[in-house]
Amino acid sequence: MGTITKLHADRQPLKITFVGHVDHGKSTLVGRLLHELNALPEGKVEAIQAQCKKRGMPFEWAFLMDALQAERDQGITIDTARIWFSTDQRDYVIIDAPGHKEFLKNMVTGAAGSDAAILTIDAHEGVQEQTRRHGYLLHLLGVKQVVAVVNKMDLVDYSEERFNEVSAELEDYLGKLGVTPDFIIPASGREGDNIAKWSENLSWYDGPTVAQSLDMFADGATAEDLPLRFPIQDVYKFDQRRIIAGRIESGTLKVGDVLNFSPTGKSARVSSIEAWPENAVVSTACPGQSVGITLDEQIFVERGQMAAPVDQTPIETNLVKARVFWMGSNPLKIGNRYKLKLNTTEVSAEVVKIEKVIDATNLSTTEGDEVTQNSAAEVVLRARSVIAFDDYAEHPDTGRFVLVEDYTIVGGGIVVANKSQVEIKSKNITAVEHKVSAESRTAMNSHTGGVLWLTGLSGSGKSTLAIELEKQLHLRGFQTYVLDGDNVRSGLNKDLGFSPEDRNENIRRIGEVANLFADAGFIVISAFISPYQEDRDGVRAIKPDLFHEVYIEADVPTCEARDPKGLYKKARAGKIPEFTGISAPYEAPVNPELVVPTSKQTVGESLEFLTRYVDETFVADGKSKKTA
Amino acid sequence: MGRQTLDHLDALESQSIFIFREAFNRIEDLAMLWSLGKDSNAMLWMVRKAFFGHVPFPLIHIDTHYKIPEMIAFRDQLAKDWNLNLIVGSNDKALAEGMGPDKGRVNCCTALKTNGLKKVVAEGGYKGLIAGIRRDEEGTRAKERVFSPRGENAAWDYRDQPPEFWEQFNTDIPPETSLRIHPLLHWTEIDIWRYIAREGIPVPDLYFAKDGKRYRSLGCAPCTGSIESTASNVQEVIAELEATRVPERAGRAQDQESEDAFERLRVEGYM
Repeated sequence: MGTITKLHADRQPLKITFVGHVDHGKSTLVGRLLHELNALPEGKVEAIQAQCKKRGMPFEWAFLMDALQAERDQGITIDTARIWFSTDQRDYVIIDAPGHKEFLKNMVTGAAGSDAAILTIDAHEGVQEQTRRHGYLLHLLGVKQVVAVVNKMDLVDYSEERFNEVSAELEDYLGKLGVTPDFIIPASGREGDNIAKWSENLSWYDGPTVAQSLDMFADGATAEDLPLRFPIQDVYKFDQRRIIAGRIESGTLKVGDVLNFSPTGKSARVSSIEAWPENAVVSTACPGQSVGITLDEQIFVERGQMAAPVDQTPIETNLVKARVFWMGSNPLKIGNRYKLKLNTTEVSAEVVKIEKVIDATNLSTTEGDEVTQNSAAEVVLRARSVIAFDDYAEHPDTGRFVLVEDYTIVGGGIVVANKSQVEIKSKNITAVEHKVSAESRTAMNSHTGGVLWLTGLSGSGKSTLAIELEKQLHLRGFQTYVLDGDNVRSGLNKDLGFSPEDRNENIRRIGEVANLFADAGFIVISAFISPYQEDRDGVRAIKPDLFHEVYIEADVPTCEARDPKGLYKKARAGKIPEFTGISAPYEAPVNPELVVPTSKQTVGESLEFLTRYVDETFVADGKSKKTA
Repeated sequence: MGRQTLDHLDALESQSIFIFREAFNRIEDLAMLWSLGKDSNAMLWMVRKAFFGHVPFPLIHIDTHYKIPEMIAFRDQLAKDWNLNLIVGSNDKALAEGMGPDKGRVNCCTALKTNGLKKVVAEGGYKGLIAGIRRDEEGTRAKERVFSPRGENAAWDYRDQPPEFWEQFNTDIPPETSLRIHPLLHWTEIDIWRYIAREGIPVPDLYFAKDGKRYRSLGCAPCTGSIESTASNVQEVIAELEATRVPERAGRAQDQESEDAFERLRVEGYM
C-alpha cells in the first residue's frame, strides 16, 4: 500500500475491520471509501485502471486491497490487508478481511484485535452463511462496536422495503449474540451512495454515511481500571540484573508494589522498572506497555507465570471451561489432546467434555462428541498442569487462548467459567494396562522418566531443593516424586541400621525403587548424602540411561555454618560417630551430569539450574527453555 | 514520570518489543536482517530496548556488492560503536558469474539478495529470521503475518497462512521449515520517521537532501532512485511525508518490472 499520511503521532489509530459474506462488496466498499476521502496514494487509481484493462474488465475498486495476483485473477480477497488513513477527527487502520469460507482463518487474523467492525451485507442476497459466521466471530473475538452496511442498494432499486427486510433479519441474528449494530446503513460501494456523501437515491434514509459512522465509533478501550495482570514472557540475566520481562495486559504496575506470582503463589516486591537507555527512569507502567522489572527477593519466576496484586489474583486451576471456534480440518473430539496457549503459558490439555456444539450460522445447539471445522462449541479442557487465567467476561485480555494441533493453530477460545464454578481437581488418572510402553507414558506425560540423584554434604541443600523442585514440576504437570530419609527409612528400610553394610543396602534399595518409579514415567528426585562413588555407581548401573547424578556442591565450612538440623554441632561434640564431612569421608562425584553450586548462588538460582536441566533433559517434544 | 496511557509511538514500540521477546524465547536459532535502512535501524534500537541494551542474536546483512557505498560505511561504523555481532553474507558464486541488474532486475534480486540470504541462513542454521517489513509498504507485505511460517527453501505459501488470534503467534514449526518474524508490520513510514526523531536513532545521510535530491527508500545503487526533495534533516523529512501522496517504494525499480514482480520475489523468499 502506498503511505497514507498525516497520521498523528500523539494518538492511537482506531482499527476497523471490514467483514461479511464473499462477494458482498467489502473490498469495493473500502476502495470507494478511501477514494472519496481522498486518501489514496498517487498513481493508485491509474494502476488499477491498467490492471483492469489488461483483464478486460470494468474498473474494480477491490484491486486496491487485493494485492495478490490470485486475488485479482479470481476476484476474491484471499488474505487480510490493511490501509491507513485519517479524517479530521481521527486516524484509522482499515483492515479488509476475506469473506470466503475457506479463508475464515484470515478473517480471524484481521478481526482479532480490532476496535470496531463494518459488517457488509448484499442487499439483494441478504444475510448469508458468512454474514452469520463473521457475526459470531466478532462476538467471540470481542469486537463490540459494529456498523452494518447493506451494500449494493443499486441492485434492489434503492428499495426501503428490501432494506428493512435485510435489517430485520440481521438484527434478529446479532441480537441473539448480544451484538447491537450502532447503525445499519443502506449504501452502494460501486455507485458511491452513502459512502462519504449522502445519496439522493436513498433519500428515505436519514442516518450517517459510512464515513460519518467511522468517526462515531468510540476510542479503543483501555484496561487500566482492571486489576494488574502481568504475564511473564521471559527472565533475562544479560548482566548482573535478573530482569523479569513481560507486557502489562491490564491495570498498572508501580515500583514498590507487592506482586503474587500464579500459580506458584510466591510473592515479592517490585524493586525497579528497568529501561534502556538507562536515563529513562520509569516508576509506573500502564496497560499495553512492555516492561522489565526486578524484585526484592530472588523467588523462582519463569515464563508462563502471571503476576497480579496479592488480593486480586487470577483463577488458578487445571480445568478450563471455554467457548471455542474450531478451524482444524480434523474435528475436535473428547479425549483429544492439544497444546493450549494462553497468555504466555503453553500446556498440553485434554478435551474432557463437549457441553454443546454451536452452529455458528444459525446458533442452534446440539449435543455431540465432536466439533467440526468452522463450528463453535462449549467445552471443558483439562490442562496437564495448573495455569493462571481470568474469566473472559471480566478480563478479556487474559481470558482467551488458542489450541494447537501438531504445528498449527486450529482453534481460538474464550474462558466462560468464573472463579466459583471451577475447583482444582486431582490430576487425570488413566487406567494402566498391563503393558504400557515407555513411549506411551512419555507421550501422556509429555516428559520422560528418570532419576535425579542429588548427592552432597548434610546441609548442602539437597532436601530443600528436592522439595522445591518437586513442587515446581508438579505445578507444571510433571509426574514427580521425592525419595528422602523421611519416606524411606520409615517403611521400606526400617529394618536397616547405620552399619557400613546397612548403609550400602539402604542406597541399593533406594536405587531400585527410584528406577521403578523412573520406569513408570516419573522424574524421581532422591536426596541422600550417598557419600561413596561406588554406591552411586551401583545405582547408575541399574539403568544407566535413566540415572542423572547431581552434585549439590557446598563445602564443609558453608554447610557447617548453615547446620539446619544442628548435626554438625553434635558431630563436632563427638555425639554423632562417622558423620560425613567431619569424621567420615565424602567422595565428590567424579563426572556428574550436573553440578549445583549452592554456596555461590541463591536457592532460587539453584532451582532455576535444576528446572532448566529438567526441561532440557526430560521434556520430550516441547522445546527446552532457553537460557539468556 | 509515570504515564497513564501510551501514545501512538509508545504503543507501536511496546508491541514490537513484545514480538522480539516472543521470538527470542520461542526460537532457538534466531537472527535479524539488518538492511541498514531506516526501518531496520529503528528495529535495532527497539531490540536494545527489549533486551535492556543488549542485542542477543546476530545481525545479518546481505551485501549484493551493488549497495550505495555510504551504506557500507554506515554499517561498519555502527557495528563498531554498538558492538554488534554482524554477519555479512553474499552470493559470491553469482557475483563471480557476472550477475547484475542487466540480467533482469528480478533475477538479480533473487540471485544476490534472496539466494545470498538463503546461503547465510543455511550456514548459520537459523530457524527464525527477524525482518523489518511493514504492511503499508506494499500490497503483498500488507498480507503478512507477524510470525510467518516458511516452507523448505524459505518459500512463502501466501494461500495457506495460519490464523493469528490476538497475539498468540504461530511459534510451532515442523522440522525443515523456518519462521520469518516481522516486528514492524503494524508501523507506517511516517511512524518510523517520527520514532527516529523522538529517539535520536542514527540513519544514513542518504535519506537527507543534497543538491535537491534524497533517497526515500534505500537499496542497491542501480535500482534505487532518489526523489526530488529539499528535506535535509529528520524533521523536514517528516514534514515532506505529511504532504506527499507518492508511495514509498516508487523509486525501487524491481517492484515495477511487472504487476506481480514483487509478489513473485516474496514467494521465493525475498524479504
